[in-house]
Amino acid sequence: MMKQLPLDRLPELFRKISEKKTVIAPIQSAGQVNFGVWTEDSILRLDALKTVKSAKGAFFPQVEDIVRFRMEGKKIDIHPADVLTEEFVIFGVRGCDARSFELLDRVFLSDPVDPFYAARRQHGTVVTLACNEPEETCFCTNFGIDAADPAGDVTCWIAGDVIYFRANTEKGIAFTADLESAENESPVEELKKNITEILKKLPFGALNLTGFDGDHLMERFNDPRWSELARGCLGCGTCTFVCPTCQCYDVRDFDTGSDIQRYRCWDSCMFSDFTLMAHGTNRPTQTERFRQRFMHKLVYFPSNNEGLYSCVGCGRCLEKCPQSIHIINVIKALGVNKDA
Amino acid sequence: MPDNIIPMLGVVTAIRIDTPDIKTFRVEAVDGGKCFEHMPGQCAMISVPGVGEAMFSITSSPTVKDYQEFSVKKCGCVTEWLHHMDVGQQITIRGPYGRPFPVDTELKGKDLLFIAGGVGLAPLHSVINYVLDNRTDYGAVDIVYGSRSKEDLLDLPEIQSVWADPASKMNVHLTIDREQDGWDGHVGFVPNFVKELDYKPDRTVLVCGPPIMIKFVLEALTEMGFVKTQVYTTMELRMKCGVGKCGRCNIGDKYVCKDGPVFRFDELDELPAEY
Repeated sequence: MMKQLPLDRLPELFRKISEKKTVIAPIQSAGQVNFGVWTEDSILRLDALKTVKSAKGAFFPQVEDIVRFRMEGKKIDIHPADVLTEEFVIFGVRGCDARSFELLDRVFLSDPVDPFYAARRQHGTVVTLACNEPEETCFCTNFGIDAADPAGDVTCWIAGDVIYFRANTEKGIAFTADLESAENESPVEELKKNITEILKKLPFGALNLTGFDGDHLMERFNDPRWSELARGCLGCGTCTFVCPTCQCYDVRDFDTGSDIQRYRCWDSCMFSDFTLMAHGTNRPTQTERFRQRFMHKLVYFPSNNEGLYSCVGCGRCLEKCPQSIHIINVIKALGVNKDA
Repeated sequence: MPDNIIPMLGVVTAIRIDTPDIKTFRVEAVDGGKCFEHMPGQCAMISVPGVGEAMFSITSSPTVKDYQEFSVKKCGCVTEWLHHMDVGQQITIRGPYGRPFPVDTELKGKDLLFIAGGVGLAPLHSVINYVLDNRTDYGAVDIVYGSRSKEDLLDLPEIQSVWADPASKMNVHLTIDREQDGWDGHVGFVPNFVKELDYKPDRTVLVCGPPIMIKFVLEALTEMGFVKTQVYTTMELRMKCGVGKCGRCNIGDKYVCKDGPVFRFDELDELPAEY
């Protein structure tokens, strides 16, 4: 059974949740909409289809402390960073970003479990929002994601002036407990139908992914067209930073003056020093680095995860690449059995 | 407490100068003993806070009860710092990481041939001493080791006094790249030396050294009739986490830190040649 709330009373709901939990939502700041902590002064932008950066930062922050060291003479004191212990809600996550959490789980919750990520997953409630108007750059449909009915602890629909809620998990039931029951669910059904119609018409909605799997690993890797595809790639890493599924990280030390802060931060396989060692790098040109990023998403990851692609079709890389080189080009150029 | 990326403390209890650019560091837990148990071929992340963290192969055999040793070549920020420190210095350490050489399974009972170049002896050193301490579990053992010069031969005193001792029942063959005063041993590159020694292709081979040496050794072995399922190596790639998550050492659908670093050459054939 669904719950409902007039849309203009959403701040009231956020205010109530905020008494006990942090609320993270799409918020406009400096002309951009990104997931951030909601406060009374926030400009909430549930109408923005795509935040500039994905929602992954809620569970895998761009920068986070791992451990601090105090050094004295030859001695070292080790102080591990605390894992998150407070509950939070991330509100307004789209279906694509919601899938990315499942993909990140495959990495960070596989043995050995990453304690920082695991704590955030444990304490976070994911509230997703159906996409009323998917855009031309959206291609989530290729990966079995339903933008009309996204997964999450709670799924929401904004139909006219009302927001509808459906709890999908225990966390979701707790979240929606105090909300009024929906009188009539037909606006949601109507909305879902409309969305499904839009999804059917998306230009990249039905890509042929045949041949992108572990069985064709060497064939895809050795394709002679990689250098042509990578031509023009600046190695700027923008695709990586806006990507919901890119999860490679760097570990760095910073001397604060009083101690050493060891933190991890997002990194990119598109960067020339990513694999650089004392004796050189195994990916000397941008072609190899470009190939690594797409091979990982479309071949290596599915090879290790029952065919699951490490792409959610959010289309951020299509929009943000300064050279318009992106995963659609790669899928279309290297796909096999196109005509089959 | 988070433990897979949080290091523990270690203290450097001895430093040995091996060559002009290689030192061997003995590491113990602060209250004595080993920081953790390992198997030959496994690695550990050593760090100097403020300088960085890097992956090193564990040079000592697991049969050494009280400490672990790391032979480290000076070639970057962390190694430079390690080379300048004194005994008693604390460092941080975490591990062990990776898949070891199959010393208790596939290698057991086999006639072994170790082939190493330069600091590539470091990871094999652990296996050789493990074999020596369990000598009856293995057949014939030959070690072919080469370096640029006699000064660059790692562990020379131990090689001469222990490995080459008839009691060890191991054959040691040393070579250096160029003629040198005071050297009356073999001169020449490792791959050619292996061919000259004319091994029958019934040995199980463990090879480690510079990539170019490995390439030519493999060619030599193939010429001699060896097949890839008989040859093991250990790989080196940049690593940050050691647990298959940071993405740096990803080759094909493998992570060298957890699926390797030890690979058999037929396994490498199934991976993109990107290492």
